[in-house]
Amino acid sequence: MATLDSKVPAGPLADKWRKHKADIKLVNPANKRKYEVIVVGAGLAGSSCAATLADLGYKVKCFVFHDSPRRAHSIAAQGGINAAKNYQNDGDSVYRLFYDTIKGGDYRSREANVHRLAEVSVNIIDQCAATGVPFAREYGGLLANRSFGGAQVSRTFYARGQTGQQLLLGAYSQLSRAVGAGTVELHTQSEMLDLVLVGGQAKGIITRDLVTGAIERHAGDAVVLATGGYGNVFNLSTYARGSNTTAIWRAYKRGACFANPCYTQIHPTCIPVSGDYQSKLTLMSESLRNDGRIWVPKRKEDCGKDPNAIAEGDRDYYLERMYPAFGNLCPRDIASRAAKRVCDEGRGVGPGGLGVYLDFSDAIRRLGENGVRERYGNLFDIYHEITAESAYQTPMRIFPAVHYTMGGLWVDYNLMSNIPGLFVLGEANFSDHGANRLGASALMQGLADGYFVIPYTIGDYLASQKPGSRPSADSVEFKGAEENVTAMTRRFLANQGREPVSHFHKRLGKIMWEFCGMARTREGLQKAVQQIPALREEFWANVRVPGSADTLNQSLEQAGRVADFLELGELMCRDALTREESCGGHFREEHQHPDGECKRDDANFGHVAAWEYQGPDKAPARNVEALNYEFVKMSVRNYK
Amino acid sequence: MVAANHSTQPLSLTLRVWRQAGPKEPGRFVDYPSKNLNPNMSFLEMLDVVNDELTAKGEEPIAFAHDCREGICGTCSCTINGKPHGPGRGVATCQVYVRSFRDGDVITVEPFRAEAFPIVKDLVTDRSAFDKIQQAGGFITARAGSAPDANAIPVPKGDADLAMDAATCIGCGACVAACKNASAMLFVAAKVGHLGLLPQGQAERDRRVLAMVQTMDDLGFGSCTNQYECSAACPKLISHEFIARMNRDYFKASLRSSFRPESLGAGGGAG
Ligand SMILES: Cc1cc2nc3c(=O)[nH]c(=O)nc-3n(C[C@H](O)[C@H](O)[C@H](O)COP(=O)(O)OP(=O)(O)OC[C@H]3O[C@@H](n4cnc5c(N)ncnc54)[C@H](O)[C@@H]3O)c2cc1C
Ligand code: SF4
Ligand code: FES
Repeated sequence: MATLDSKVPAGPLADKWRKHKADIKLVNPANKRKYEVIVVGAGLAGSSCAATLADLGYKVKCFVFHDSPRRAHSIAAQGGINAAKNYQNDGDSVYRLFYDTIKGGDYRSREANVHRLAEVSVNIIDQCAATGVPFAREYGGLLANRSFGGAQVSRTFYARGQTGQQLLLGAYSQLSRAVGAGTVELHTQSEMLDLVLVGGQAKGIITRDLVTGAIERHAGDAVVLATGGYGNVFNLSTYARGSNTTAIWRAYKRGACFANPCYTQIHPTCIPVSGDYQSKLTLMSESLRNDGRIWVPKRKEDCGKDPNAIAEGDRDYYLERMYPAFGNLCPRDIASRAAKRVCDEGRGVGPGGLGVYLDFSDAIRRLGENGVRERYGNLFDIYHEITAESAYQTPMRIFPAVHYTMGGLWVDYNLMSNIPGLFVLGEANFSDHGANRLGASALMQGLADGYFVIPYTIGDYLASQKPGSRPSADSVEFKGAEENVTAMTRRFLANQGREPVSHFHKRLGKIMWEFCGMARTREGLQKAVQQIPALREEFWANVRVPGSADTLNQSLEQAGRVADFLELGELMCRDALTREESCGGHFREEHQHPDGECKRDDANFGHVAAWEYQGPDKAPARNVEALNYEFVKMSVRNYK
Repeated sequence: MVAANHSTQPLSLTLRVWRQAGPKEPGRFVDYPSKNLNPNMSFLEMLDVVNDELTAKGEEPIAFAHDCREGICGTCSCTINGKPHGPGRGVATCQVYVRSFRDGDVITVEPFRAEAFPIVKDLVTDRSAFDKIQQAGGFITARAGSAPDANAIPVPKGDADLAMDAATCIGCGACVAACKNASAMLFVAAKVGHLGLLPQGQAERDRRVLAMVQTMDDLGFGSCTNQYECSAACPKLISHEFIARMNRDYFKASLRSSFRPESLGAGGGAG
């Protein structure tokens, strides 16, 4: 069994990080250039990490599967980034951001990590402004804020509806500076396909050059994975098509524990599915909930009517009704489940009855059409492009979709996994969001990890490694890992199947959405853990991967990723099955309060479940890290 | 924005697609009839469907670049009926919908064509030249940990908004593909404009524009002859006025650099 030592420092909550920074080991400046760090991924977490480590003097090699680091999925984030700046003088503080994040996560995250996140949030905004991120400003030239999903203070910084783009381009500019200066060696279109362990420590990776097909071995003194989330296990999601689990999944199969895989976030405001060909679901930023009102008809019979013809009294503004204090701004998991519930009652609108209205007519009356356009113009344009409908004239139709994965590789306070030398940042780790992530906090976490945490904590590990002790990429461990990768490629290309990869991905997605989606049951999950292995078998027998190994081959890339999803999906269902409680994004129908809210079981499940691979045909082991709440009382999350 | 065709009648189209096995192989157009398409399908979803059919037949699917499928990552890059990103205004390839075509249309689909963007395979090109331009100067040097409080430097709202207009560039390369000279001026001007408008970007302003323009020239992009096809094809409708702004910056920076010798003290002095 793996040992899960969180390494949370002792002492008062607010002093932990400061004290830890003073206590951990430092690497002598003259020695830094003797260490080579491999960074996989260049989203917010990876690019900020690579640039900052290079600035500190380490040699950095950075790998992305994209053709440019600027294309990482972080680019798509719309709404904003939180920080406890209290620029609005509305009562915000580090403690309040910490508390909101802990509560939002339904008391399933680590206090110390979350407090650190809230502390460094203020530095992130400074850093981003210094790198030229064109945040929204007020007329006086100071930074503007808005309040965002689930927050009662205005602490969200934004750049129109393109905050992720601007933050990523800021971090990418720093990475580009380092590449230009020769301190980061950048490998684009280079996909990590295996992790190499030497003497039980992470010392390298195997990659495939996606253009030439060349399989390469790269040795390093430490490996950082910042490879993003795994929501595409559901096939349809708000993620970019290329987002995948391969890097962390292959690390899992080398012994890294996978924590809380079942914690997924379903975002309430996405454009509903329109047909079987659908390849992705588009998020409508939740900032829309600040001014839009969500409703469905009170009566089923009205569902087919033109919404503008339904009288005010015949509409059910169900979030305002059920959660008067937070109304349309209640947290994502709650808003999503409420939408599912009204649709299950037969009151959904649009094709298949899988949609609810998000209505701006009040806001238009209040702010004028131009006022609304100013705030949300680009989102209304996106909606129009996709649906050919104008949300200025008729309410938007929205429905929940998979959006974020709180689970990920287990890491300690230093962001190191249980494999020494393997660090995991950003969405790829499990650390800060518990069972549910609040809006505008993933961008914050990615940049916190990359700019302000790893630059300190990686030194503590590297200082324990002799400079120059990096193993050679010719060692047996590297050869073995390379053979592992080429064998998989050979197997795909030789397979005489009939179905394209997408066929299996769609079927997996349906199983996951039905049984491991917004509402889960023991019975359903048991079905899923039967069905997924059967689908996996069928995949290996019947998948068709045309083309060759030594050119750009998108089918081959996709096949590897879906093969991993087919294994991960099963682990997610197992995790959901074992967690006999409801918390945050994990809702088990057996465990609910009479009003339909999550019923946590802190005594038996107030812990992190970190799964450990035991071999291809063996059940994985479930390790537990107890969550000790020293400072906050675990209480019932109440948004009423 | 693409004109809406509200009909839900399925369409049939013929896709005339550029197929090229590798950078050095000859390419050619191949026709793929595509039937029974839902008008609400996106253009790329239509390619997915064609690809699945090809795969089931044991043929190699069409390689095309895509990722976010919502117009923000800049990966998708098809020239559709002769226009980079297709007929719509202010959209990327992934935001083109089948409803913008008519039943029976023949649609040509090619990669972005420019010398500085060599073809990798089928519809996929190598746009790494853009990264090289960024690496030459598309940044403000700001090490983590050294930044002052973000509100210590106010930025007039007008400047911030204009900087944001430029910063929305998604780095797709449509401007290059649309230009008869294959110039990268709009892309470079967008970055120079974004950073040059902000107070934080002033210290490196001259250096930035000189280095980025030099690198752009070295990488084989053509020169700008003010045709403005770039802005018309740009999915973010970035204004060609940024090009004029950059030209002014470049001129001033060149003048200043010829009058101002480098400091001899640079780099030394550590005691
Ligand atoms: C539509 C949308 C809107 C969002 N809006 C917000 C918001 O408003 N506020 C907020 O806080 N959060 C938001 N989020 C969440 C947030 O954007 C992400 O959680 C965050 O950006 C993830 O950043 P990351 O650096 O961890 O990973 P990513 O940005 O996903 O980057 C992953 C990187 O890893 C690389 N990579 C992956 N696998 C491999 C491999 N095997 N080999 C080599 N390279 C690899 C990729 O090339 C890429 O560079 C949103 C998410 C979505 C989907
Ligand atoms: S300027 Fe416009 S067309 Fe050119 S790369 Fe940027 S977004 Fe694309
Ligand atoms: S796929 Fe991202 S912009 Fe088109």
